[in-house]
Amino acid sequence: MEAGSIITDAGVVRQAGSGIGAGARAVAPIGVAVLAFGASFGILARDAGMGVAAPIVMSFTTFAGSAQFAVASVLGSGGAVAAGVAAAVMLNLRYLAVGVSVAPALRGSTVRRLAEAQLAVDESWAIAQEDGRVDRDLLVGAGIVLALCWCAGTVAGVLGGSALGDPADYGLDAMFPALFLALLAGQLGARRTRAAALAGGAIALALTPLAPPGIPIVAAAAGALIALRVRP
Amino acid sequence: MTGVWVAVAGVGVATIALKGAGPLVFARRPLPRAPAAVMPLLAPCLLAALVVGQTVADGRALVVDARLAGVAAAALALLLRAPLLVVLATAAGVAAGMRALGAA
Repeated sequence: MEAGSIITDAGVVRQAGSGIGAGARAVAPIGVAVLAFGASFGILARDAGMGVAAPIVMSFTTFAGSAQFAVASVLGSGGAVAAGVAAAVMLNLRYLAVGVSVAPALRGSTVRRLAEAQLAVDESWAIAQEDGRVDRDLLVGAGIVLALCWCAGTVAGVLGGSALGDPADYGLDAMFPALFLALLAGQLGARRTRAAALAGGAIALALTPLAPPGIPIVAAAAGALIALRVRP
Repeated sequence: MTGVWVAVAGVGVATIALKGAGPLVFARRPLPRAPAAVMPLLAPCLLAALVVGQTVADGRALVVDARLAGVAAAALALLLRAPLLVVLATAAGVAAGMRALGAA
């Protein structure tokens, strides 16, 4: 689900105890924020032409804010489907690392571990940290609550958004870049990540007049390779 | 709409696979070093590209309009450590205001 900014705003503090209930309780304070965040996705996705059902299904299956907003914004600005998918997949590549970190905590059948792994998003992962390891019950408890809030928010957004009329009148199109900026702001703590952001932004700016919509975003990923040359 | 569903399905399958690959495939093995070094850099890189693309791009043209004012206001709100929803509302409000005033 992401948004490091959400978790710092709420100042998540975990109560003593383990178990799925403890995980659910720990994440409850940011549940409202996640609901609102999900609603904003529902509104923006519908405005981008994704309809009513697709954003809801997406929130259930992808459960990753940045990637979902990326697809909606690329499609909404007339970009190619492939470009939207590529941008979303690249944004989600970091879940490989999250999955590796969560792996030792998961038990059971392949299906069960695959299902529980879906619940590992930034906030649930953070709450599940216990003595330097990931606690499966905390992860699952937090993850389920976050998933419910995210999906419920999306439903509310797609259904309620139509009551608004023309979203541009409300400046809703400015919410996409503002949201990406907010997500970006939480990631600028190191030289390399700042370099990556600079490189990505510069590439996107340079390529916009030169390439079809959506392509500049995908090509901007090369900025990550450029940033590798910067000291960490 | 077909394109929308293709996108949802594609991203869905990819994300389910990415989240599951750690527990199912890599288990206790660490990721190879080079991909592991690049991975944390992809999100800030792409997010910055998305900020640029969604603020000043209109198809293939670079334009300055109410969105830029909204994003600038959002940046200020972020510097002032406003909560996320306030940041988003600020962006929308400033952009809407500029349009209402006929300024952009």
